[in-house]
Amino acid sequence: MQNWIGLLPAFPLAGFLLLVLSRGRMTKTVAGIIGAGSVGLSFLLAVMISIEFLNSGAQPFSKTLWMWMQVGGLDTGFTFFLDGLTLVMILIISGVGFLIHLYSTGFMADDPGFARFFSYMNLFVASMLVLVLADNLILLYLGWEGVGLCSYLLIGFWYDNPANGYAARKAFVVTRVGDTSMAIGLFLLFSQLGTLNIQEILLLAPTQWSTGSAVAVAASALLLGGAVGKSAQLPLQTWLPDAMAGPTPISALIHAATMVTAGVYLIARTHILFELAPSVQLIVAFVGLATLLMAGFTALMQRDIKRILAYSTISQIGYMFLALGVGAWSAAVFHLLTHAFFKALLFLAAGTVILSLHHEHDIFKMGAMRRRLPVSFWCFIVGSAALTALPFTSGFYSKDAILLAALDHPSYGMLLWVGGVLGAFMTALYSFRLVFVVFFGKSHYEQRDTQQHDDHGAVVENTSPAMFFPLLILAILSLFGGLISVPVDAVFANGALHEEAHASQFLHALMILIPILGVMISWLLYGSLSYEKAGAHLRKQLLVSPLGGLLNRFWFSGWGMDKLYQTLLVQPFLALAQVNRKDIVDLVFNSLSYVARFANSALVLTQTGNMRWYAISLVAGLVIVIGLGVWR
Amino acid sequence: MIVLILVATLFVGGAIAWASEALDARMPRVVALLSLLVSAVLLLVFSLNSGPDVGSPGGQWWILASWSWIPRFGIALLVGVDGLSLLLLLLTIFLGLIALGAAWDEIKERVGFFYFNLLWTIAGVVGVFTALDLFLFFFFWEVMLIPMYLIIAIWGHENRAYAAMKFFLYTQVSGLFLLMAILSMSYLHYVQFARFSFDYFDLQNIALVGSLQTWIMLGFFVGFATKLPIFGLHSWLPDAHSQAPTAGSVLLAGVLLKTGAYGLIRFAVPLFPEASDSFSSVAMTIAALGILYCAKVAFAQQDIKRLIAYTSVSHMGFVLLGIYAWNLYGLQGAVMTMLAHGLSSAALFMLAGGLQSRFHTRDMRQLNGLWAKLPMLSAMALFFSVAAVGMPGLGNFIGEFLSLLGAFQSNPVATIFAALGLVLAAVYSLWVIQKVLHGSLQVPNEYSNAADLSLVEILCYALMALGLVWMGMYPQSFLDVSEASLLYLQSLSGGAA
Repeated sequence: MQNWIGLLPAFPLAGFLLLVLSRGRMTKTVAGIIGAGSVGLSFLLAVMISIEFLNSGAQPFSKTLWMWMQVGGLDTGFTFFLDGLTLVMILIISGVGFLIHLYSTGFMADDPGFARFFSYMNLFVASMLVLVLADNLILLYLGWEGVGLCSYLLIGFWYDNPANGYAARKAFVVTRVGDTSMAIGLFLLFSQLGTLNIQEILLLAPTQWSTGSAVAVAASALLLGGAVGKSAQLPLQTWLPDAMAGPTPISALIHAATMVTAGVYLIARTHILFELAPSVQLIVAFVGLATLLMAGFTALMQRDIKRILAYSTISQIGYMFLALGVGAWSAAVFHLLTHAFFKALLFLAAGTVILSLHHEHDIFKMGAMRRRLPVSFWCFIVGSAALTALPFTSGFYSKDAILLAALDHPSYGMLLWVGGVLGAFMTALYSFRLVFVVFFGKSHYEQRDTQQHDDHGAVVENTSPAMFFPLLILAILSLFGGLISVPVDAVFANGALHEEAHASQFLHALMILIPILGVMISWLLYGSLSYEKAGAHLRKQLLVSPLGGLLNRFWFSGWGMDKLYQTLLVQPFLALAQVNRKDIVDLVFNSLSYVARFANSALVLTQTGNMRWYAISLVAGLVIVIGLGVWR
Repeated sequence: MIVLILVATLFVGGAIAWASEALDARMPRVVALLSLLVSAVLLLVFSLNSGPDVGSPGGQWWILASWSWIPRFGIALLVGVDGLSLLLLLLTIFLGLIALGAAWDEIKERVGFFYFNLLWTIAGVVGVFTALDLFLFFFFWEVMLIPMYLIIAIWGHENRAYAAMKFFLYTQVSGLFLLMAILSMSYLHYVQFARFSFDYFDLQNIALVGSLQTWIMLGFFVGFATKLPIFGLHSWLPDAHSQAPTAGSVLLAGVLLKTGAYGLIRFAVPLFPEASDSFSSVAMTIAALGILYCAKVAFAQQDIKRLIAYTSVSHMGFVLLGIYAWNLYGLQGAVMTMLAHGLSSAALFMLAGGLQSRFHTRDMRQLNGLWAKLPMLSAMALFFSVAAVGMPGLGNFIGEFLSLLGAFQSNPVATIFAALGLVLAAVYSLWVIQKVLHGSLQVPNEYSNAADLSLVEILCYALMALGLVWMGMYPQSFLDVSEASLLYLQSLSGGAA
């Protein structure tokens, strides 16, 4: 089986090519079969490879498909490398990917760009698989840029609306800032170590660099730049909420379950570099902490169902960064896994809600959907429970591991732990706010477009098998996925997982109770029977107070980061481009021709035809020349 | 021999094409196609059946041939093909065919004379890539200039006279510097060895010291850098490119710019290693500046051809960067960038030309949302824009990555600034995609029934796209060809620079 590993990305790539070359002439059935089927094949293969891998003692292996480039000391192949970490990733990508493809065949059924949609999706899965399978950083970079491109194409999938295009461009450009930092990191690593093979780097770096040396710090900081871009962490997080402009399955697959966790994967993959640079690793932890809190507060203020989930994604990846920062590599990967389940579930359920309500996104225009959208309701309950880390859901185990590891941090343990727990409280608050507002209380839903046909106008939940089955599987995984143990201990042999809880019983109990408290407060504010009265009154009181209003606006806007970048970077660039449209260099050279023309017209004036003037200038010239000669 | 046959085929083909117009207006393009196909076949047969001749100087020349020409001044018809030349020759003939495809339906006036100029330009380029006698080199340098001037001046767009004159003046003035430098080299050879020589291998033996080396090097540099062009000497290019007919833009961007880079690699650095070494930090700074500056100016353009023209200058910055890194990574990167940019920019200019011929405008403010109307053309535009952004898996990435990788080893600061160009490339490329392809459909009313790609166009784009994928996925087949030449050139300068 291991020799077939090259087929993993090849299936979806072939699907992409077929769909592109068909130029939209395929029927939707065929396109759907190719689109979802190719990823399904990858998943089957991934499962078979996993079984063989685990049965044969989990020995990492690599397979070179072909030589990519060999220049001087640079020796790079299309080489795939498989170990426990990669295994987890390929299973998530192809498994969750397949479920989302399947769901999309239902979700996108009425879209004229059906085949185009699946072609981009397939290309995405292929790129993402290459990213995690790559044995060297250039190949990883290929996948890295490939997923970025697909993300761009899919965010702007509905290209009629310029706003979608703007969101897509923003996503690509902002992440490219990070990508460029990562590319520079690659140049640095190569110039220092003479290789870009990941395993060789991990072996060489500790022998050549001392802990905390400048090179190690620079290299890991540059890689971190790439990671925060892709994973939407501070300060490059601004693109992700806007990325929700794409069709909802995209948000589930790319902007929740897989691509945005690439940064986490990158850091986990190169964890030895980060261990050599403790200062950078500490920054990772604090980036995670700051991001998870910032995004948590922001999520609480959003009205758009997808934006809430987007900020929640940013926040949850913040937890993964926190775990990476305290060296709990396995916990980070574990949370990546469970997050992929419950966040994909939440997004797909949100997709069903949105589809059933004719593209209504505002949660305050929904309400009381519990009975009308039962499937979505139960999915949201399960997903939110896991997101909130209520006991015995999958999210509980992974978040628990992260917080305990954070507490163990030698110097900042308490600070990181308190921040993380506060984040967990916020998570409970905003996730159940969403649940209560959408599914409980009174219905605020109004038909926006009354001219639609009657059968389109009613709120009917789409529960076709293609859409129901993925939800069911993901719901089961969200509940019980915490029982999976990720086979990554061998990968992080030297950075062992948190062995035993050093937290006191009291702190541990607190960790479990605080999310439950969050749910209860959320119920008081948004869910109780008095929600329409008392809750609304209370909320109004909070918003009317000067501080509350300010915070509301501040948090709603994502802490003003967009505005900041707009003022500091975008506007000056646009102004500069505008001013210099004509290219000042060109003007400099053209001025030569003006000088020539001016001299020409000036000299033309001397040609008067007046004999006396000619004689005088002759004599004057003679006098001057002689005078100059005498003077010397 | 092959070189002479190649040049002769093109020269003679051009003459016949011109004459054949008297028979039928459709004849010239057929003649041009035939002579290009013959050249292509010759070149392919040659490259498949030959390899480096171990006995040649440096052991990397595939052929090296010499005929006497003006012995009194040591001028000979000395030509040579090594891996570097061969790759560029293949690119030239390939893009010649593409340019022919672009001109096929577009050129309707003075057809014979057009194809004459087209073929003579290509012949000049072939000469430039093979001449090893600097006098002969300069001869071909001029041969490729004048027909291109005529192509712009006669078949260009609304502002063609201005653009053509500007192109001519820039090239001519910079050519003067080149000529002076070449003549001084020959004279120095006379002083040191008591005979004139323009022979590349003879000139390597001249002992050059101090500022003299720097001045002569600068002469070569200005000549080649104007052609490349570098930041500061680039302002002829946006006018020439945007005013030239499509075939002219394709050849200009795809091939003519590369003669400048070729000159730097072949002559300017290896003949003056010490001077180039101390000059390298200046050149790399110019490169980084050009990448960023021209990317920014490109973003502001409204004329789609001007925009692509500025991106060309920006991308040539990576070539300059790679060359002056003067290690194998940088050089291979420069060569790969030349090849890949040759294809991608040619395709983009052809797409812009396609839009112009369909909608009679190049103004992006008047073109919007074409995806809905011209899906195939739009898909191609998307593909080649993505290639130009430097997407891994396509040729441009390999070139830019290797250039930067090499440059980082000799000048990390300039490299970091140059790498920021990757971000700006995304900014302007995505902006074009948004403006022209996405959004709601908007085209000038009178041309709203424009058709999607024709068969000839599909063929051209498909070939170029395949080429880029090949370069991106298996660049080794190109890297292997050029490696020996680049190692030889490095050895000339003792690895310095």
